[in-house]
Amino acid sequence: MDLIASLTVNGLATGMLIFLLAAGLTLIFGLMSVLNFAHGGLFIWGAYTGVWIYYVTNSFLLAIIVAIITGLVLGLITERLIIKPVYGNHIQQILITLGFMLVLQELIKVVFGPDVKAVSPPAWLEGSFQLGDVTLIKYRLFIIVIGFLLFFTIYLILKKTRIGLIVRAGVMNREMVQTLGINIRFVFMAVFMVGAALAALSGVLHAPYSGVIYAEMGLEFSILAFIVVVIGGMGSFTGSLFAAILVGLAQAFMAYYVPALSLAVNMLIMTVVLIFRPQGLFKVKG
Amino acid sequence: MSSLLKLSQVEAYIQQFHILHDIDFEVPKGEVTVLLGRNGAGKTTTLRTIMGLNPVSNGSVVYKDEDISNLKPHLIANKGIGYVPEDQGVFEDLTVGENLRVAMKREDQETTERLEWILDLFPDLKKFWKKPGGQLSGGQKQMLAIARAYVNENDLLLIDEPSKGLAPIVVEKVMETILQMKEKTTILLVEQNFLMASKIGDRFYIIDDGQTVHNGLMGELKEDKALMKKYLGVS
Repeated sequence: MDLIASLTVNGLATGMLIFLLAAGLTLIFGLMSVLNFAHGGLFIWGAYTGVWIYYVTNSFLLAIIVAIITGLVLGLITERLIIKPVYGNHIQQILITLGFMLVLQELIKVVFGPDVKAVSPPAWLEGSFQLGDVTLIKYRLFIIVIGFLLFFTIYLILKKTRIGLIVRAGVMNREMVQTLGINIRFVFMAVFMVGAALAALSGVLHAPYSGVIYAEMGLEFSILAFIVVVIGGMGSFTGSLFAAILVGLAQAFMAYYVPALSLAVNMLIMTVVLIFRPQGLFKVKG
Repeated sequence: MSSLLKLSQVEAYIQQFHILHDIDFEVPKGEVTVLLGRNGAGKTTTLRTIMGLNPVSNGSVVYKDEDISNLKPHLIANKGIGYVPEDQGVFEDLTVGENLRVAMKREDQETTERLEWILDLFPDLKKFWKKPGGQLSGGQKQMLAIARAYVNENDLLLIDEPSKGLAPIVVEKVMETILQMKEKTTILLVEQNFLMASKIGDRFYIIDDGQTVHNGLMGELKEDKALMKKYLGVS
């Protein structure tokens, strides 16, 4: 029982981190039809700037805020300078965002140094507690709570506010949205910045979870996020949550029971989904 | 005759294809102007070009004495032009209510009154308020598209083939509604259904091969059988 609960908490925490990264990616793809391979770069920049602030101030809360601001600013720069010239051309988007991903990765080494950095959770999130027979690690629960809170917040914004309706409408038919007097380019930019902020938040939350950060982890995580977006359905926000949890749990359980398959399991799930439901688990209607 | 919209020698391309060669017409305030012509003549492209969805390569589009050629679509819409596209452009995952809410620039008394007025004309929209747009019938989608364009205080509505693919009884309903809207706003209508066009329209322009080739009062067109046969295939 303890083992199952531990693996479930592990899987959910990993799933939530992937979800935060994938949520931005899926919104950006859904609304703007942009394949942003630089998303992982925003993830590492969030991790490094957050951890740097955490080292300096010892405040994890401040680290989170700085990471989010970093994400917003980098998101703005990426959208204006990198993405804007290649709207509508997927090949160019893949090439330029992959290139920018590498630039962001190498800049991390220039600014923060090439060494792996160790990070531990803040004192108030360290350790574990007992729930019956089950031992629960505080920091993992914290990630799960933050992940669900963010999911429900964004879900409510998308469902209940006019801004959210505009974003959803833009995913379905951006031309029509423009003819209703809405500046879809501005909406694109705002969504891109929010997506980037989510990636950066995912990065800083991931740091104490994994215990170390390194420049290359952005690429590794962004591949996972792309797998999640494909499984969940390109452009589906809810789909990305379900897919991220599925991938997180599959990875956690496989890593324990069949370690050799722990990396392959994500590809396996994606392959099965693509064969039986090519549009992903949740289809966004165009 | 004070014209709200005036197109002068408008030319437009879709990719490398030269679709509009020389479009000239005026839309007088308070009237229904109908663009007629065979399939592929350039009527839909004309509406899309006015809305800024297709670039104007030559000529001008003047709305309320202001050149709006090649302005961004949202800026054109915000000048008071509503658009009902040929495919209705209903947001399929959004409910009827949400489709209308996306369109509503304000949620004030005036907008609410406009919404109530149009919902009284289209009671189906009230009935299916929480139904996703994708699950509506063709006629209901058309009603929703028209309501969405009308809900804001637009001075001009561009309506593209509202009768297309609809059952005759629904066409009647849409036609009645447009006739009532005519009392409140100026309309530029693209319509293949000549019977509908002739009942609603005050004046017409015939577009053929991307050019305006004839114009006049709708009453005159009804009498000119040769012209109708030549350009509209109506005998």
